[in-house]
Amino acid sequence: MTPKRRNRVILIVLVLAGVGVAVGFALKAFNENLMFFYQPSQVIAGEAPAGRLIRVGGLVTNGSVERQPDGLTVQFAITDNVDTITVQYTGILPDLFREGQGIIARGRLGDDRLFIAEEVLAKHDENYMPPEVADALKASQEAGAGTGNAQ
Amino acid sequence: MIPELGHFALILALAMALVLAIMPMIGSLSNTPSWVALARPLAWGQFTFLLIAFACLVNAFLVNDFSVTYVAQHGNTRLPNIYKISAVWGAHEGSLLLWAFILSGWTLAVALFARQLPDVMIGRVLAVMGMISIGFLSFMLFTSNPFARTFPVPLEGGDLNPLLQDFGLAIHPPMLYMGYVGLSVAFSFAIAALVGGKLDISWARWSRPWTTVAWVFLTIGITLGSWWAYYELGWGGWWFWDPVENASFMPWLAATALIHSLAVTEKRGAFKRWTVLLSLLAFSLSLLGTFLVRSGVLTSVHSFAADPARGLFILIFLCIVIGGSLVLYAWRAPNVTSGGEFSALSRESLLLGNNLLLIMITAFILLGTLAPLIYDAFGWGKISVGFPWFNTMFVIFTPFLVLLMGLGPLTRWKQQDAADLVRQFRIALLASLGAGLLAALPLLHEGSVYAGLAVMLSVWLTTTLLLSLRKRLRHRQGFGAFLKDIRARGGGSYYGMLLAHFGVAVFTIGVTFVTLFDVEKDVRMAPGETLELAGYTFRFDGVEKIQGPNYRADRGTLHVSRHGQDVAVLKPEKRTYLVQTRPMTEAGIDAGFFRDIYVSLGEALDAGSWSLRLYYKPLVRWIWLGGILIAIGGLLAAFDRRYRLAVRRDVAATAAPPGDALATEGPA
Amino acid sequence: MSRKLRYLVPLAVFLLLAGLLFRGLSLDPKLVPSPLIGKPMPAFTLPRLQDPDATISDADLRGEVFLLNIWATWCTACRAEHDVLLQLARTGKVKLYGLNYQDQRPDAQRWLRQLGNPYVANAFDADGRTGIDWGVYGAPETFVIDRDGIIRHKHIGPLTVEVVNRDILPLIETLKSGRS
Repeated sequence: MTPKRRNRVILIVLVLAGVGVAVGFALKAFNENLMFFYQPSQVIAGEAPAGRLIRVGGLVTNGSVERQPDGLTVQFAITDNVDTITVQYTGILPDLFREGQGIIARGRLGDDRLFIAEEVLAKHDENYMPPEVADALKASQEAGAGTGNAQ
Repeated sequence: MIPELGHFALILALAMALVLAIMPMIGSLSNTPSWVALARPLAWGQFTFLLIAFACLVNAFLVNDFSVTYVAQHGNTRLPNIYKISAVWGAHEGSLLLWAFILSGWTLAVALFARQLPDVMIGRVLAVMGMISIGFLSFMLFTSNPFARTFPVPLEGGDLNPLLQDFGLAIHPPMLYMGYVGLSVAFSFAIAALVGGKLDISWARWSRPWTTVAWVFLTIGITLGSWWAYYELGWGGWWFWDPVENASFMPWLAATALIHSLAVTEKRGAFKRWTVLLSLLAFSLSLLGTFLVRSGVLTSVHSFAADPARGLFILIFLCIVIGGSLVLYAWRAPNVTSGGEFSALSRESLLLGNNLLLIMITAFILLGTLAPLIYDAFGWGKISVGFPWFNTMFVIFTPFLVLLMGLGPLTRWKQQDAADLVRQFRIALLASLGAGLLAALPLLHEGSVYAGLAVMLSVWLTTTLLLSLRKRLRHRQGFGAFLKDIRARGGGSYYGMLLAHFGVAVFTIGVTFVTLFDVEKDVRMAPGETLELAGYTFRFDGVEKIQGPNYRADRGTLHVSRHGQDVAVLKPEKRTYLVQTRPMTEAGIDAGFFRDIYVSLGEALDAGSWSLRLYYKPLVRWIWLGGILIAIGGLLAAFDRRYRLAVRRDVAATAAPPGDALATEGPA
Repeated sequence: MSRKLRYLVPLAVFLLLAGLLFRGLSLDPKLVPSPLIGKPMPAFTLPRLQDPDATISDADLRGEVFLLNIWATWCTACRAEHDVLLQLARTGKVKLYGLNYQDQRPDAQRWLRQLGNPYVANAFDADGRTGIDWGVYGAPETFVIDRDGIIRHKHIGPLTVEVVNRDILPLIETLKSGRS
């Protein structure tokens, strides 16, 4: 091999090795940080893993928002019009959090199906329905319509 | 009447763009100088008509002309005048108009300031910009006309989104668009060069200052956006890895790679094809960002109202522009001669490494941004990618990037002796290792390793920059050379590089410290109650009702003291805007060089007590300070005198090796 | 040969991406039509908002083209579309009924007193059961129902002047003139 050629080979090997390692790390981290979305009926059906970081979403049920005596911990129920689950969150709720509006909570599912949220999202847009929530509601509604026809 | 004038001006601008896209290009290919010469007057015409259209829309907002749908939706009689103007680009239609207007501005700037370029080249560049302009103008006219009328005329307008009623956001979009659209100049230069089949170093030299200026605007725009999110969204975050933020960050990364790669192409004639590809990529990513923000395929904190018809239009436009340019690339690039051999250790190879890292980061951000879409498209479920992943990407790649940034300026072009390089940087290595250890030791707890790493990287970067400066000055008779440089306003690109890289060091420190050591607490406080956080005492003095020009608010008062000394009085607000009736959190911030104290009001609990969120944010200002330094560095580089001189020299006698000593301190 | 192919890689990558984005466009949740469109409107009997003792049912509405608007006082976007509804009512082109969804009666009555009442009548759906039958997943929503009681169109989100002029009014004209 001429020195020029050798140089080039060294460079290419270095680059490939670097890229390979980086891609490996990145994809591993990617898998660990994927958060799947579940709707309340999926949680009730036991499809959502407990203990893993996931997101759930639905409409906040009317009259379900309860504040604990410390004033910061809030419990509320979210529904996809099929099933309802309870979400607990400690902290300040977003400005647009409202009963009856769609929200998304990020957090982990406890053993008793109580969802402990680390973050609650309502959009900064009055027209906003988080698309996951919209889809989930539509799906459950279609399922409901289906069973309704069958009966 | 005036809105119709605006509409008509838009149509005329489109007509100008059509002629601009066709005549000079055909003229340049068929050797018809008179057709090529049309380019400049047409650029003038297009700009004038868009200026008229833009002024008409501004006027419609100022006089509250609610017969214009767009004004009826986003204007309001009670809106302060400055926000009436910024409301022009507060939503989809108007921001498109701003976009087209800025594009015509850049087109005119190229026509005016690139006088030294050959006419054929100018004609082609302007023609390509005209093609892009056609896309945006027809998009506006056919799907999103800002001048459309509404009937019956509403008595009052829908008001501007309260989040946008803020000075930072009034100027953020124009800056960002200046950057996005500015990259179209680099794109057009690349296309013009590909059409001509002449990818020589003079092309790189022409393109360089334009690319740098666009990149500076992008830097300012992103920095402003981050600053705005920090104080206006009310929850103390300065970057959310939101799709829209990513949409602005990806072109920035690509443009950063591009300005470095352009340097190599200009100085050494190497990386030509890669540089062309990056020019295409940077602008393509701007367009992709536009698509993502406006089509509604991804949702984010600040996307515009989704409309699939608009999305389809942009997608088709995207395919024509990006697809077309890549076809041209595939056709022309194989014939480009590669030049400038270099060895495995040389400034070229380090810059190649820098480019690869930047493009990899871009690719991963793209992956993270599109992953929800990919999963949805294949029916794998609904997912989102957590921001920890994006952060991880940075922790993985940035140290290497900074390492290279330190080595680059000390390394020679073409070939560098490894032992010599080690001798040069060993002081920097020792200093940074020492500083890193020092920083890590006293903080022996979670995160100290990262703090140490950040300090190490920043010290490494700073010391290598100083070493490079010393070397440059020594070769040029010491400190006197520095003064001479300043007096002659020369060496801009070298000093700009120093400053911008130093900005990265400042930024790194800021990001790391605010991420690791910020203190955040959600509390419930009754009036008169006090609380300790990070050595500061907060006393809550209750909440009063106040009345703003177009909102009502609850305003809290907090006295902050430290060791009995008053530090600040913070007044966070919870506003309700009268028209859009939505609550908004307005944070109370005491800004400082070393720390910010940040308070936001939650909600009223019983008996006059409120929920509050208190933050202590160390060094958070350094993030934006870094951004500002980077931007100033870019400006220095862009206005380096030698571009003007060199372009003239190129035209006189083409393509001599640059032989430019100013930006390369290395001895021949 | 392979050298030349190499330069097609960026184009190939872009085409893949464009395909994905095209697919993404068709996934837009707002594009998917409601399963109720073309079906008869769900039956309901509910108390009237203004008069708790009287009821209103789907049979009362049947017989001519009308709009049913789902709204609530807790919904900020309903406030945004209210002026549009008032304008629409003023034109007299179509009857507008309201379904007050998961709301408090006094709040809703006050809302109509203060902002103006565009509705011919309002059904009061306190527990939201009827709203669920109608497939409501967030207020506001507006349905266009023809004279046979078939749901012809559903608009999700606040009505704007643009939407009314582009989608709603033309549809109402066709439904009114059509003999079907």
